Amino acid sequence: MRTFYLRELAHARAGDKGDTNNIGVIAYQPHYYPLILRQITPERVKQHFRGIVRGRITRYELPKVDAINLVMEGALGGGVTRSLSLDPHGKSYSALILTMPVEVPEDIAAELMLAGRRPL
Amino acid sequence: MRRSEAQAPRTRTLRIGAGASYAGDRVEPATELAARGKLDYLVYETLAERTIALAQLERRGNPEAGYNELLADRFYAALPHCRKNKTRVVTNMGAANPAGAAKRTAEVIRDLRLGPMKVAAVLGDDVLQYCLDHADRLKLMETGKPLASLEGQIVSANAYLGADVIVGALREGADIVLTGRGGDCSLFLAPMIYEFGWREDDWDLLGKGQTGADMVECGANVSGGFFADPGYKEVPELWNLGYPLLEVERDGTIVVSKLDGTGGIINRAICAEQMIYEIHDPANYITPDVVVDFTAVELEEIGPDRVRITGGRGKPRPVELKVSVGVLEGWIGEAEIIYAGLGCLERARLAEKVVRERLRIGGVDLQELRIDYVGMNALHGEASLPPPEPPYEVCLRFAGRAREKRDAVKLGNEVETLVGKGPASSSMPRKHVREVLAIYSCLIPRAAITPEILVTEVA
Repeated sequence: MRTFYLRELAHARAGDKGDTNNIGVIAYQPHYYPLILRQITPERVKQHFRGIVRGRITRYELPKVDAINLVMEGALGGGVTRSLSLDPHGKSYSALILTMPVEVPEDIAAELMLAGRRPL
Repeated sequence: MRRSEAQAPRTRTLRIGAGASYAGDRVEPATELAARGKLDYLVYETLAERTIALAQLERRGNPEAGYNELLADRFYAALPHCRKNKTRVVTNMGAANPAGAAKRTAEVIRDLRLGPMKVAAVLGDDVLQYCLDHADRLKLMETGKPLASLEGQIVSANAYLGADVIVGALREGADIVLTGRGGDCSLFLAPMIYEFGWREDDWDLLGKGQTGADMVECGANVSGGFFADPGYKEVPELWNLGYPLLEVERDGTIVVSKLDGTGGIINRAICAEQMIYEIHDPANYITPDVVVDFTAVELEEIGPDRVRITGGRGKPRPVELKVSVGVLEGWIGEAEIIYAGLGCLERARLAEKVVRERLRIGGVDLQELRIDYVGMNALHGEASLPPPEPPYEVCLRFAGRAREKRDAVKLGNEVETLVGKGPASSSMPRKHVREVLAIYSCLIPRAAITPEILVTEVA
């Protein structure tokens, strides 16, 4: 096993509704998707987003497009329109999720390193 | 060509362009779509949650105002092409004043001598009076409290109307339909329902249409916008993004594409990002027209910058309509100052302490105070990765929310006086105060709405 940032395995986009932020996380390759399902759990995401997400995190699966949708309540400083943050919509949270470390088996690690990606 | 009830439904591909996705969006890409896109419809979506509440405040100051500020710019540029190519326009640029927007549109048409044309304004989304009359019974979705708990602060209430009323305007032969608040996707779904004669309770078909609409309602976000990450996700000619268009078949199969010769990219990856953007449960995405199920959607690259979307599904539309309520909620003061050079972080930390103490001494009443070190933790706080070494410069930023304006002003003043009366060697601070216009939501019965279509014939 080797550790990589999630950024090497997936891409992401974040959006807002009121005080809730959602992040779509999409695997670059179908065979990366099981790693994401196993390791990007609501519990780990909540820990990773310490100081940001006050409420519940729900994870939905979209296997046809190798994606998960993380819905994070209480994540936008009380709501987009009254937040004091420079990023009231939480659009940059897509970059934060990609800093999560992921344990990657040797065969996929070799594939990533061949493509110039570096483990942590 | 107009389509009456008696005519057979369309069998040819329907082409719908997405010309804008927020109030201040660029003008040129829509003009290019109108000129070269062989469009049947051009849609401009320009209303974020808060835009319409801001527009209501603007209209209070000036009864003629309250519609999209760029409406005339957009129409002067695009309408000559639309007229020539028989492209109809559907837009929510009416914002808080669709009738005013129609009047201005008629002026543009006359000025350009494009008549005869029919302009329709869709009214009925303004439900402020209904909400005030029922404030005890309407429950806020965010807090669970009754709307009455915000009495005296409510400035606007607008319901999300569906595609049905836009379809009504198209049936009346409107070349241009101007709405206020509605479901963003409904602007795109309405032409599909109207042209193909889709039944308004054929939930799967509406679900397919709405899946396509969802793909383009954020405009260039599906054609290369907000996607580029060098070394990971490359976007050709990002500066020259082509805005997307939908090619819709009668059976609900949809291809999303863009014009040849424009920058940007449309592939499976960006379509997946856009499909999940701003949805919660992907099996139950609520729109005024249908509850959409995205879980079986398949995305297939069928050519350069062409993705086919299939597998969207739908369930019956919700019984109630969502309402956005604009609420005045005090003031936000913001200020920032930059320290540079060796020891900049220590000086910024001292400046933070100085401001905190002076706010306390001055008795400044803030409901919430936030302090960011821009360059280190401004966006992600304690969740940020630690910087590899001390920064060469750091921007110290304060933001505070207050009930009274004077307290928000004082916060900025205390940051301003750091020059001369704080730590050494900084930039000149910048400060800013604004009123908070917050948005809350509630649900109202459909029967509370009486939509109205005002048609103007411009000779």
